[in-house]
Amino acid sequence: MNLPTFLGGVHPPECKELSEGKAIENLMPSSGEFIYPLSQHIGAPCSPLVKKGDRVLVGQKIADSEAFVSAPIFSGVSGTVKEIALKMTVAGNFDTCIVITNDGMYEKAEPLEKSDPVKMIRSAGIVGLGGACFPTHVKLSPPKDKPIDFIIVNAAECEPFLTCDDNLMRACPDEIIKGLEKVLEIFPNAKGVIGIESNKPEAIKIMTEHAKNSPKISVQPLKVKYPQGAEKMLIKAITGREVPLVPALPADVGCIVLNTATTYQIYLALEKNLPLTEKIVTVSGDAVASPKNLRVPLGISVKELIDACGGFVNDPVKLIAGGPMMGLAMRSVDVPVVKGTSGILALSKKLAYLSEESSCIRCGKCVEACPMHLEPTFLDHAVRLRDYETFEAHGGMNCIECGSCAFACPASRHLVQSYKNGKAAVNEARKNKAKAEAKK
Amino acid sequence: MSDKFIVSTSPHVHSKFSTRGIMGAVLLALAPAGITSAYFIGYRSFAVMAVCVAACVLSEWVWQKYIMKTKSTISDLSAAVTGLLIAYNLPPDIPFYMAVCGCVFAIIVVKQFYGGIRCNIVNPALAARAMMLISWPTAMTTWTLQGMSGATPLAAMKAGQAVKISCWDLLVGNMGGCIGETCSVLLILGGLYLIWEEVISWRIPVIYIATAAILGQLFGHGSAVYEIFTGGLLLGAIFMATDYTTSPMTPKGQIIYAFGCGLLTALIRTWGGYPEGVSFSILIMNIAVPLIDQYTAPKIFGAVKKGGK
Repeated sequence: MNLPTFLGGVHPPECKELSEGKAIENLMPSSGEFIYPLSQHIGAPCSPLVKKGDRVLVGQKIADSEAFVSAPIFSGVSGTVKEIALKMTVAGNFDTCIVITNDGMYEKAEPLEKSDPVKMIRSAGIVGLGGACFPTHVKLSPPKDKPIDFIIVNAAECEPFLTCDDNLMRACPDEIIKGLEKVLEIFPNAKGVIGIESNKPEAIKIMTEHAKNSPKISVQPLKVKYPQGAEKMLIKAITGREVPLVPALPADVGCIVLNTATTYQIYLALEKNLPLTEKIVTVSGDAVASPKNLRVPLGISVKELIDACGGFVNDPVKLIAGGPMMGLAMRSVDVPVVKGTSGILALSKKLAYLSEESSCIRCGKCVEACPMHLEPTFLDHAVRLRDYETFEAHGGMNCIECGSCAFACPASRHLVQSYKNGKAAVNEARKNKAKAEAKK
Repeated sequence: MSDKFIVSTSPHVHSKFSTRGIMGAVLLALAPAGITSAYFIGYRSFAVMAVCVAACVLSEWVWQKYIMKTKSTISDLSAAVTGLLIAYNLPPDIPFYMAVCGCVFAIIVVKQFYGGIRCNIVNPALAARAMMLISWPTAMTTWTLQGMSGATPLAAMKAGQAVKISCWDLLVGNMGGCIGETCSVLLILGGLYLIWEEVISWRIPVIYIATAAILGQLFGHGSAVYEIFTGGLLLGAIFMATDYTTSPMTPKGQIIYAFGCGLLTALIRTWGGYPEGVSFSILIMNIAVPLIDQYTAPKIFGAVKKGGK
């Protein structure tokens, strides 16, 4: 069968069997400290709305910002604010966080007030739950001159190990479809497409069945290839359109892409008036005793998740937030689950890749793998020479950091590290230039 | 519970490929052809192979350990591949000191002077062969087969003699030639193995061989079958032209490069001063690789097609 896809990409081992088909379990601890970093999204960080000693309820807004590109934060538990202090977060640095002592009662706050759907999505604190954490209301407010004709639900779940979206589709197909219908009401001229990689036949079957009564919604099986779930690759596979170079957005080709969990959350916000307080997380890897898909309150410690899955086995050497291709390596289990956490993986030496890098041999495997059709080894070389102009001129800023090149590289070059450095340097230089011009 | 984890940038998993694995696959693909030629030629071809591999590995090790004082890279097996390829390109009766000179030249002058693996601008094994051909023309073109000395089929064709070799001898390599270039069947099998293992792509060998064979016939040099199965075309197209460092990285570039190799080979074989043109063709196209790479850069996803570059 010739399923639509994109050119390039790689085939990492899927490893989904560890947690596949394991129904989502609820994890609601009766005590413990819940930690809420004030910046869980792309955009302006929030300011706290509570102070030490305050009692808070499940779904109570505890932090918000005036800025448009931002999203409020809600408590996932009921309890007392212990402190507002610097705490370690998933990325390993210390950010200002609200710490809440859970009283285990899960007493609920008043539901959200009804308003205009896009406003409501903002006031529910919804961001891209696949990991990028871009505020969803911003995505749903494209410029007027850019008509939207495709709303795509990203259910590719191309990252190895992760099965949370797969299981969410199996458990809540109607809710996801209703969420998509709600978004289609905002864009009456758009069609809805749910893109699912063909390694999830169960989810494809269920979603197709439940989409039958919605004439504007269709399910599109996709070829299994990483990074099929990258926004641009997904749009290419489903519509044949190519999002232009950065800084262009999907809206430039009439598309908006929403993650499965995000779509589900939109349903909860618009139909049930509930804010974002919970997250479905795949806990997996060969160093976890019994991998599971867990529904947990935001702010819960990663340690609780690992314990709920029977703790560690086989000496974990890497602990990852997200998938193994793009996830962040964590240095401790004492960090909170945030809006962007879709997976917690513990990998033993057998699976985690710890190879030392050696010299490039110009084999061209990175060039073949790059879904953005860049020349990774060339860009890597430019960054290491600190030649950021060449990096930029050869399209380095278009890199989506999917890691396909580094996965394929026989010399184990730290390619993604290079592009991150290169992009940061270019952005820094642009900022300085803008500053210098403003001074004039 | 252990609380010490390794922190690094994504990705956290890796494909099966490693430099050493790739070089190992090349050695494995080369081995059968060498063993067969030893069967036809005798123990001396084994001795040449051993001397060349040892000389290459040793010169790389000495250079890195005592002169550059860096970490040795002999464990990536690339020096061993170079050594074996040099041996395959030599006549079996070559004096050992000449073989050693060629190996030292390949590793130190061609490879390490430029900065080691990835940095050399031409294929070290072929550059060594070209150097030896110029330095010791007689020793490099004297062939003995089963006690009889004689010309290679290509040299005979150049001299205007009629060449008659049975199909079977052409395929298994029972004819005059360098150590590793004669056993066509096993060279092709080795190439298929490398394509299957995704070590090389089909583009360079197939296009190179097809171009050289068709143009050779068109130019009136000889029949396409002879073009393919005599001389060093198979060895060159499958194992030398596909050297990563000195071939283009993009598919389009590989096609241009392979066509260029084929064209030059046919030109040299038909009108050049030497009977065989594979080494020189590849060396010349090696030098063109940076230019080819520059002009065949892939179109970035989402970019609008520009004219020219």
